[in-house]
Amino acid sequence: MTAKIAYDEVEVGTELPARSFPVTRATLVRYAGASGDFNPIHWNEKFAKEVGLPDVIAHGMFTMAEAIRVVTDWTGDPGAVVEYGVRFTRPVVVPNDDQGALIEVSGKVAAKLDDHTVRVDLTATSAGQKVLGMSRAVVRLA
Amino acid sequence: MALDQSFVGRTYPPTAPYEVGREKIREFAEAVGETNPVYTDPEAAKEFGYPDVIAPPTFVFSITFRAAGQVVQDPQLGLDYSRVVHGDQKFAYARPVRAGDRLTVTSTIEAIKSLAGNDILDIRGEVHDESGELVVTAWTKLVARAAEEA
Repeated sequence: MTAKIAYDEVEVGTELPARSFPVTRATLVRYAGASGDFNPIHWNEKFAKEVGLPDVIAHGMFTMAEAIRVVTDWTGDPGAVVEYGVRFTRPVVVPNDDQGALIEVSGKVAAKLDDHTVRVDLTATSAGQKVLGMSRAVVRLA
Repeated sequence: MALDQSFVGRTYPPTAPYEVGREKIREFAEAVGETNPVYTDPEAAKEFGYPDVIAPPTFVFSITFRAAGQVVQDPQLGLDYSRVVHGDQKFAYARPVRAGDRLTVTSTIEAIKSLAGNDILDIRGEVHDESGELVVTAWTKLVARAAEEA
């Protein structure tokens, strides 16, 4: 285990470095291929609108993958993640332009647990609205 | 139409092994914008103490969700997949998934609820390696939105 953050140096309330993750239509096509999730709501605007969505939306699992990067970049060792869970509360709407959408993620230590682990609560927003709820990770520190 | 409560507790047979490849991990890591060499460089992974490159934390969902297809597509359960959205997702890791793993998934229906006409299905997927050791448990909550009134 080579996590670069020491348990003893972390307190409840310690903030993790926040990150912003851009997502365009191209990002979603690439994620569809890598993950095997080819649901057309993630790449076909016509289909998305037919099922009542405002536009193409990002895969929830893509947003989940981005949010945990705030934790894994902090610890340095992604294998130090013991638990990770989210609730998908709102979709990330991705317009068909060069900008796409931005997923903004922040995190802070919410509890110090046993065995050198801490619970980190994550906040993920896009276009000013929360897109994940109950977004929590338990991670083992050095 | 509410789902049959008698399916709660039902466990489906383990899936055929999924062999985790280095290049599949690389493809996934690049698709989510990851640059940590622990995902792509076996030597870097060894410096972290892993025998081979490891997968990003959510990589395993592709495997567990495919396995959950047994549940979702069970004609006896009768879930209307066209109305399904992903509600919650959680993972508990015994160790990171890594290249060379041959993983099988055993899916169990943990709960079935009906709320305001929505069917809510909780599926637990237990992922084991070739030696039978538990690697990760995945909990997936699927919500089938109520059918619109005709």
